[in-house]
Amino acid sequence: MSSMTLPPFERFYEEHREEIFGFLVRRLGRDRAEDAFQETFMRALRAYPRLRHGEHLRAWAYTIASRIAIDEHRRPRADAELPELASLDGRPAFAQLEHLAGELPPTERAAVVLRYGYDLDYAEIGAALGSNATAARQAASAGIRRLRRKELP
Amino acid sequence: MTTMSPELDRRFREAAARENLLDVAYDLVDSPIGALFVASTERGFCRIAYDVEPEQELDRLAHAFGLRVLRSAPPIDPARRQLEEYFEGKRRRFDLPFDVSQLADFNRRVLRELARVPYGQVVTYGELATRAARPRAARAVGTVMNRNPLPIVLPCHRVIGANGKLVGYAGGLERKEALLRLEGALL
Repeated sequence: MSSMTLPPFERFYEEHREEIFGFLVRRLGRDRAEDAFQETFMRALRAYPRLRHGEHLRAWAYTIASRIAIDEHRRPRADAELPELASLDGRPAFAQLEHLAGELPPTERAAVVLRYGYDLDYAEIGAALGSNATAARQAASAGIRRLRRKELP
Repeated sequence: MTTMSPELDRRFREAAARENLLDVAYDLVDSPIGALFVASTERGFCRIAYDVEPEQELDRLAHAFGLRVLRSAPPIDPARRQLEEYFEGKRRRFDLPFDVSQLADFNRRVLRELARVPYGQVVTYGELATRAARPRAARAVGTVMNRNPLPIVLPCHRVIGANGKLVGYAGGLERKEALLRLEGALL
């Protein structure tokens, strides 16, 4: 089966569940990671029939998990009031970014969105893209350069 | 390395089925004649298989019914229970919904007749063809039996040759024999 074809969901889930869980634990701590994990794969399951091909499934899973982790951060906990994390403020407005990044080549787009939209570090992005931190950094900066060229008159 | 707990894994698989997000749920069911791969759509059970190659089977199910194929126990539990009772000799009829929507008309007609063959009795391929209103189609009936998507619950093991020989079984003749012996149709 080629990498272009979407696998049955079971295979997608088996392949990515441990990694996504580890990512969510690093972001949220073990307790909150469990709920976020379930939400991540429920959301993936709902969206799965709308995917057109099987490329970048890993980055896709990370994107969903990151979005949920951010929502979790913002949501006040029942048992403790946590302040908003500083790192979540002052980032570029993601809605604008996603719109702009939409025209980038897939790898650059994924790197830019995961880095600036979701605040993943380059090691995580490298893992999501199936490469490494160095390649992820290069893809993100290539994407940003391309966006700048496009934006400037 | 953080590893997820089996409970978390199970919780997701159960929730996915509970919220009706699956095209196909499947699980393995233990039996005295080997592990059975059992799958169900929302409409009913669509597959029981012996000696399954999971990769191939998942691809086949995804192709036929949709990509959201996931191992999840609760939708399979009714079949698991009834199969257990059957193998303990406590059940003679299966009361399960089937999804045979993917099959050709002729196959469905033959399988409907097959479902009426009672526990512990046997019928020949030719006789089953006659019952399905195609008296000369014994060979075609053999093919339908060979491709029966739901062996055991649709009892193709009860169909034998005109000479009384067991002839064949997709799961292997020793299983056909074991099932007929369980039902008291073979001594």
